[in-house]
Amino acid sequence: MSRLQTRMATAVAVTALAAAPAFLGVFSITLLNYIGIYALVALGLVLMTGIGGMVSFGQASFVGIAAYATAWTSALMGYSPWLGLLLALVMTGLVAAVIGAVTLRLGGHFLSLSTIAWGLAIYFSFGNIDGLGNYNGIASIPPISIGSHSLADSADIYYLIWGALIAAMLGTHNLLNSRVGRAIRALRGGNALVESLGINAFQVRLVTFVAAALMAAVAGWLYAHMTRFISPTPFDVHVSIDYLMMALVGGSSHLLGAVVGAALVTLMKNYIQDLLPLLAPNTSGRLEIVVFSVLFILFLQRARDGIVPYVARWLPPPRQEFPGKAEPLPRRRQPAKGTPLLKVDAAVRRFGGLVAVNEVSFELRAGEILGLIGPNGAGKSTMFNLITGALRPSGGKIVFAGRDITRAAPRHIARAGIARTFQHVKLRPRMSLLDNVLLGLYPRTSAGYVASALRLDRAEERRARHEAIKQLERVGLGARPFELAGNLPLGNQRILEIARALAADPILLLLDEPAAGLRRREKLALAELLRSLRAEGLTILLVEHDMDFVMNLVDRIVVMDFGCKIGEGAPQTVRNDPRVQEAYLGGVA
Amino acid sequence: MNAQIAAILTMDGVATGAIYVLMALGFVLIFSVTRIVFVPFGDIAAFTALTLAALESRQFPGTVGLVAVLAVAATAMELFAILRARSFARIPRALFFYLVLPLLPAGVMGFVSGATLNAPLRIIVTVALILPIAPLLDRIVFRPIADASVLLLLIVSVALHFALSGMGLIFFGPEGVRTQSLTDFSVTAAGVPISGESILIVVAAAIFCLLLFLFFEFTIQGKALQATAMNRTGARLMGIRPAHAGTVAFLLGSAMAAISGVLIAPVNTIFYDSGFIIGLKAFVGAIIGGLVSFPLTAAGSLFVGVLESFAAFESSPFKEVTVFSLLIPVLLWRSYTLLQPEEDGEE
Amino acid sequence: MGLLAIENLSVSYGKVEAIRNVSLKVEAGEIVTVIGPNGAGKTTLLMTIIGLLPCRGRILFNGEDITGLDTERRVEMGFGLVPERRELFAEMSVYDNLLLGAFSRRDGTAAVRRSIDEVFDRFPRLRERRNQNAGTLSGGERQMLAFARALMSKPTLLMLDEPSLGLAPLIVKEVFRIIPFLRDLGVSILLIEQNARSALETANYGYVMETGEIVRQGLASELIHDPQLIATYLGGQERAH
Repeated sequence: MSRLQTRMATAVAVTALAAAPAFLGVFSITLLNYIGIYALVALGLVLMTGIGGMVSFGQASFVGIAAYATAWTSALMGYSPWLGLLLALVMTGLVAAVIGAVTLRLGGHFLSLSTIAWGLAIYFSFGNIDGLGNYNGIASIPPISIGSHSLADSADIYYLIWGALIAAMLGTHNLLNSRVGRAIRALRGGNALVESLGINAFQVRLVTFVAAALMAAVAGWLYAHMTRFISPTPFDVHVSIDYLMMALVGGSSHLLGAVVGAALVTLMKNYIQDLLPLLAPNTSGRLEIVVFSVLFILFLQRARDGIVPYVARWLPPPRQEFPGKAEPLPRRRQPAKGTPLLKVDAAVRRFGGLVAVNEVSFELRAGEILGLIGPNGAGKSTMFNLITGALRPSGGKIVFAGRDITRAAPRHIARAGIARTFQHVKLRPRMSLLDNVLLGLYPRTSAGYVASALRLDRAEERRARHEAIKQLERVGLGARPFELAGNLPLGNQRILEIARALAADPILLLLDEPAAGLRRREKLALAELLRSLRAEGLTILLVEHDMDFVMNLVDRIVVMDFGCKIGEGAPQTVRNDPRVQEAYLGGVA
Repeated sequence: MNAQIAAILTMDGVATGAIYVLMALGFVLIFSVTRIVFVPFGDIAAFTALTLAALESRQFPGTVGLVAVLAVAATAMELFAILRARSFARIPRALFFYLVLPLLPAGVMGFVSGATLNAPLRIIVTVALILPIAPLLDRIVFRPIADASVLLLLIVSVALHFALSGMGLIFFGPEGVRTQSLTDFSVTAAGVPISGESILIVVAAAIFCLLLFLFFEFTIQGKALQATAMNRTGARLMGIRPAHAGTVAFLLGSAMAAISGVLIAPVNTIFYDSGFIIGLKAFVGAIIGGLVSFPLTAAGSLFVGVLESFAAFESSPFKEVTVFSLLIPVLLWRSYTLLQPEEDGEE
Repeated sequence: MGLLAIENLSVSYGKVEAIRNVSLKVEAGEIVTVIGPNGAGKTTLLMTIIGLLPCRGRILFNGEDITGLDTERRVEMGFGLVPERRELFAEMSVYDNLLLGAFSRRDGTAAVRRSIDEVFDRFPRLRERRNQNAGTLSGGERQMLAFARALMSKPTLLMLDEPSLGLAPLIVKEVFRIIPFLRDLGVSILLIEQNARSALETANYGYVMETGEIVRQGLASELIHDPQLIATYLGGQERAH
C-alpha cells in the first residue's frame, strides 16, 4: 500500500470507530468495549511474545492486580478512579518487575511456567483476602469521570477504551521502529549477538515484559470501571490462555494482530456459546472449553503465524523511505598509530578435558592488521570469544586500551570499542539489511523507551539511519537496504556483518573468516575495504584460511595450532618458518 | 507448634512429597527427551484416581470413552499420513499400535465391569487403561509440530491441559472421589503416629524411582532415551528415532503419573480438574532440579511436599500461594547457577 | 552404478542456496574426498546425504533411490557419519557410547560385545578410558571415539567430516593411517577435508567444492599435481621439503 492509501484506510477505520456508537446498539457497543480491552492485553502479548519471544501465561493476573487495585482505591477507600489508575500501574509494574527479574535470565520456558504458577497464586490470593471480598469480589465500583462528566454509559467509556487502545498501538508502533525496538526484535535468536553489540539483553527483556504488563494494567483499570464489579474469575489462568490465543490467532508479529485476534476470539466465543447448547443440549457448557482448546491446538499446528501476516502477504509492501542526508554521529578518537592496543597475556581456555587455548600471548598495536591463522580447530575462534567476552578465560589476562577486560561482559567490551563478526553468521534474517546495521549503532545512540514511543527520537534516528546507509554503501550492499538479511547469499551475509560492526565505530575490529564463501572478485574488494579502514586508523584482527588473501593484506601474523601459539611475525617470516609449515600445511605423509 | 506436630507435619509432607517426586521425575523425563513440558501430567494422575474410584464403586469408568476417542483420532491421523505417503504396507502395524493396543484394556473392561475386582487387580486394570493416553496425545497433538520451539510446544501443552480437563468433566462428571485406603496398618514411633498409607506411598515411590534408574542404566532402550535427551543429532546418527524415544518417554512418564494417581487417590479428594495444581507443585520440584537433574528434582519435590504440609497447617487457604511463592527464591538461585543454552535456534 | 550416486543435488536454507546442482559418485571399496574452503557447503553436503537436511535432486544407494528415506533408515541401510562436531553423548561413558553405536544392528548382544572388543583393540586408548564420560576426553580421544562409534554400526559407507579437525599432527597422522585400513576392510569412504594434501594423498578420487558447486574433479593422484589447486589449497607454494 502506498503511504496515501495507508493513511486513508486508517482515517476510514478511525472515523468508523468514532461513529460506531451512533449506529450500533448497546449490546454491540459493549461487545466492542470488551474487544478493545482484550486487544489492549493482547497488544502487550504481541510485543513480548510475538516480537520479543517471551511467553506469558499470567497476563490475566496482571489485569487482575490492576482491577483489584483500582477497585480497592475507588470502591472501598472512596478515592478517585484516576488515583486507582496510578496505584494499578505501580502495583502491576512492581509485580512484573520482580517476576521478570528472577526469571528472565533463564531459558524462555522458565518464565512461562512461572507465570502459570504465579497466575494461580495471585488468583488464590484474590479469593482468600478478606479485605478484597474473597471469592464474592468487590461490587459498586464507581465509573470513571472526566471533569464532571461520568463515563457510566457503555457508549461513553467506549471512547476512552478505544482511545487508550489506539494510543497504545501508536506508541508500540513507534517503539518498534526505534533504537530499542530493534533491540527487542533482535532478542529472538539468542543473546550472543545482542550482547556482542553492547546491548543489555536482560534489561531489554525486563523493560519489555513490564511494558506488556502495564498495558494489561490499563486494560484491568478500564475493565473494573466498565463492569463496575469484579471477582477473581476473569483473572484465572485459563483467561490468560484466551489472551494468548487472541495474540497468536491474530498474528503475534503484527500489532494489528492483537485487535483482529481479540475481535475474532471474542465473537467466536459468543457464537460457540450460542451454538453448542443447540448441538449438544445436555453438556451445559462443558464442551465449550474442549472445543475452544482443540480449535486453538489445531490452529497452532496448521497456521502458527496467525491471520494478519497471511492477509498482509497479499497486500503490496509498505513503501520504505530511503534514509536522507543528516549530520553524522560523533565518532570515537582512534588511538595513535603504533601504540599498544590489545595485550593477550598467557590466555588459557579449557572445555572439560580439552585445552582449546593454551597459554597464548600476543600484542596488537593500533592501526595494524594482524592475521590469526592455523588449521581448523586450532583455537582461533575460541581466542576471539575470549577477547570479546563471549567466553571467560580459564586463566591469563587480556588488556584492551589500558583496561583489564579479562572478566568483563561482552556488552561492556563492545562498548569499549571492540566490534566483531562471527564464524557462523549471526544476523537477524527477518530484519532488513538496514535494520541489521542499525543494531550496530545501538551504543552510539541513546533514545529510550518513552522518547521512542513518543517519536521524540527522530533527529537522532535520522542521523543513525544516515550512518547505517553509509556503512552499507561502503561494503557494497547499499543498493537494496530494505531487503531481508536472510535473503542474501552466505558470503554477503558475512559482509553485512562487517557493515554492522563498522556501524559501532569500533577501535578494534575482529573478523572471523570474512572471506569464506566469497568469489575471487568479492575477495579483492573486501581486501581493498580492509586496507582503507586501516588507512583510517582502525585496528583489525582477522582469522582467515585463504592464504593469498591473508599474506597480501596483513602486517603481521600469529599462528596457532592445537591451542598453542607456534609462530609470530611478518608474513614472509612466518611462511618460511618450518614449524609453521609442518603444522599448517599438513606435515603428514 | 510443638515438636510432635512438626514431626507429624513432616511425615505428611514427606508422603505428599514422594508423590510429587514421581510426577516431577516423569516431567523431567518427558521434557529432556522430547523438549515438551507436559502440562497435562497432573490431569493423567487425576484421571487415574477417578478411574480407580469408578472401578471400586463398580461403575463403568469414563476413561474407556476418553481412550476410544483418542485412539480413533490417532489412528485416523496415522492412516491419513500413510495414505499420503502411499506406504500401504504400514497399515496393519498402524492399526495394531494406534487402535487395537490402546483399546485392549478398554475391551477387557467390557468383560470385568460390574464384576468385583480385588484391589491389586483394580490397580492393574486402571494403570493399563491410563497408559495409552499420553502416547496417543503425543501422536495427535505433538508429533505434527515436533520441530517447533520449546515455547510453542509449551503453549500447545497448556491448551491441551484445558482440553483434557474439559473432557475430564464430560467423561468423569463433576463429583470428587476418594478411594478406599490401601492399608489400615499404622504404627507409633516416638509418640508420633505414622499411617501405613504414608509408608506405602514412600516405599512405592522409592521402588519406582529405583526401577526407572535400573531401566536407564541397564537397558539399551534406556540408554537410547538418555542419548536422545543429550544429543538429538548424535542419536539420530545411531539410528535412534526421536519420535520413538518420545513415545517410550511418554509411556514411562504416564506410568509415573498413573502410579502417583493411585497413591494419591486414598489420601486426597480428587476432582476432574485437581491434577493441574498437583502437577504444578511437582513442577516446582522439577524446576529446583533445573529440568535436568533427577536427584535434585527428587530432593526438590520432597521439599515442596514438606513446605506445603507446614503451610497448610499455618494457613490452609494460602498453602498454594506459599508453595508457588517458593518459586521466586528458587528461580533467583537457578538463574545464577543454570547454564543457559547459547542460542535458542529461532533465528 | 556405484555404491553411492548423487544426482543434481541442491540444498537451500530459506532463500539461500547452499548447494547447487552437485553430482558425485562413490564406488564400492573406494576413498573419495571432497575438498574446498570453509563455507563451500561440504558439511551441508554430508548432512544431506545422511538425510538430516531436505534437498532437491536424487540420492541413490546401491542403485536404490533413498532420497525420501529418513536418517535412521539410512543408518540401518549402512550409512555412517562422523560429524564435524562429533556429536558424542557427553555425559555417558565411552563404553555406552560404543554400545549405542550398534543400536541399528540386529545381530545380538554377543556380536556387539565382540565388536566393542575389536574396536578396543584398534583404539587401545579407548579401552583405558572405557568407564570415563565422553565429555572428559581430550580432543584426539573424542575423535577416536566418534570414529569407533561410527564403526560399531558396521557401515558400508563411512562419511568423515574433517576428521583431522583440531587434532595434534601425530594424531592426524594416525587418522590418515586408519582410513586406508578401513577401506581394505571393505568400507567405502567419503572424506571431507580441509587438509587438502593429506586428503588427496589418501583418496582414489577427488572433488573440489567452492561456493556450493563442484568446480573440479579427477583422480586424486592427478589433482594433487594440479598447479592451480596447489596455489589455492595446497599451501600457496610447494613445500620446502
